[in-house]
Amino acid sequence: MRDHSRCLVWRVSEVAQRKTPLYDEHVRLGAKMVPFAGWLMPVQYTSIVAEHQAVRNDVGMFDISHMGQFIVDGTGAREWLNKMLTNDINKLDVGMGQYTLLLNENGGIIDDLIVYRIGDQNFLLVVNAARAEEDFAWLQKHLQAVAAAVSAANTVEIDNRSTEFGGVAIQGPRLVELFHALFGTHKEPPARNHIVDLPFDGMKVSVARTGYTGEDGIEVFFRATDAVKVWNAALENGKSLGIKPCGLGARDTLRLEMCYPLNGSDLSPERNPIEAGLGFFVDLTKPNFIGRDALLKAKEIGPREKLVSFRMKEKGPPPRPHYAVFQNGERIGEVTSGTLSPSLNWGVGMAYVSTTHAKVGAEIGIEIRGQKFPAIIEKKPLYKKSTS
Amino acid sequence: MNVPDDLLYTESHEWIKREGDNVRVGITDHAQSELTDVVYVELPKMDRQANAKEAIAIVESVKAASDIYAPVKGTIVEMNKALEADPGLINREPYGQGWIFVLKIDNADDLKQLKDAAAYKQQIG
Repeated sequence: MRDHSRCLVWRVSEVAQRKTPLYDEHVRLGAKMVPFAGWLMPVQYTSIVAEHQAVRNDVGMFDISHMGQFIVDGTGAREWLNKMLTNDINKLDVGMGQYTLLLNENGGIIDDLIVYRIGDQNFLLVVNAARAEEDFAWLQKHLQAVAAAVSAANTVEIDNRSTEFGGVAIQGPRLVELFHALFGTHKEPPARNHIVDLPFDGMKVSVARTGYTGEDGIEVFFRATDAVKVWNAALENGKSLGIKPCGLGARDTLRLEMCYPLNGSDLSPERNPIEAGLGFFVDLTKPNFIGRDALLKAKEIGPREKLVSFRMKEKGPPPRPHYAVFQNGERIGEVTSGTLSPSLNWGVGMAYVSTTHAKVGAEIGIEIRGQKFPAIIEKKPLYKKSTS
Repeated sequence: MNVPDDLLYTESHEWIKREGDNVRVGITDHAQSELTDVVYVELPKMDRQANAKEAIAIVESVKAASDIYAPVKGTIVEMNKALEADPGLINREPYGQGWIFVLKIDNADDLKQLKDAAAYKQQIG
């Protein structure tokens, strides 16, 4: 038996991997630890499918301490960030967050992230672990270049707090019950995309109503030294609700069912937000932000390829990254994410295909080990919660 | 991890059970645990002849696809059709209902190349 998949490296490599403040807890719970973006992370504790179902049906908790956190503040912070990021930061009142993109001059995606306005002049950026260092270097480089232009009287400071902070994502339909058990029944979780600071067992934690699973959920940030206390309190209080600690495996299947793109797989500096279907998070009416000119041009010409989601039409091998996509014998693109959807029990995935073929309902073929398997381009998201 | 004493093993994590002129083959408890939830199995073709260490089947989990190798030279005489409907058998009963194929061996002496339980245990640590 030998892995020949290119989607995930299972063996611990020689390269030193960083450990989150919850590493010992993962090991104690029997997690299978794998290197991911320079960190040793749990891929699963018991079963990817069982952890996936816990999030869809009850509640699950993920260690997201590997993600990067930057604080940007100063009188010029808002104006400057609006030049760095694609979404309109002026829409944010204090306590609100938004999904946004960091682009290069060509309009290519460096990272997708969430920016929270945590004070009048203070912002928290939560970025992908794999890109954190690159993002920070990029922002610092531009801060020096642009700071002068913002205005001499305005200050902007950026601070990489990634190692100081730990974080967990608590996701699932029983989130509110768990929130009450943890924070008290007199408190309510913040509204969708909002962030609040809450006292918790003598600590201060930041709670944001967001997630990467398609379920109701929160992401909780705290000092790295408080991580074990928060983690174990949530597991203890969530026991009667069926909480499961969940690994990166379930995180990937959950996000893929929702067609949330994964940076490094579905997004890259070679792809722009129009191709990736993320135009909603780009405000082209803003007068100036990095990548805007390139995007206006790209929009005028029209994207050559588009990111589509698809479902296999027959039971068979699950689609995987880099499999070729065909239509009528012609190669039209390549799979960027794929798996067997635990909720739908079908092979599902996302692929960049040429725009002329990117039609919902179109039949395509996914080439797996030399054989083409039929699939159909579907509307996003692939998984819709039943309201019954 | 469960490593039954009465089986033989390969370095590539297949287990081998001698049944007269045939061997029954599956993947070990350690292998299924590394793979995580198995969601698809591509079985070998009946009557296919295979050399030792030739890839003849594929086991796919949620996250990865893995080749399964013929442990010794021989011919496929039986395969576990039940895996097509229920690939999770490999996770639940790796040494029982989760077997993958039966190979008629060319030369019984070839089995001497395989590892015993003690050697395999040492390999997986």
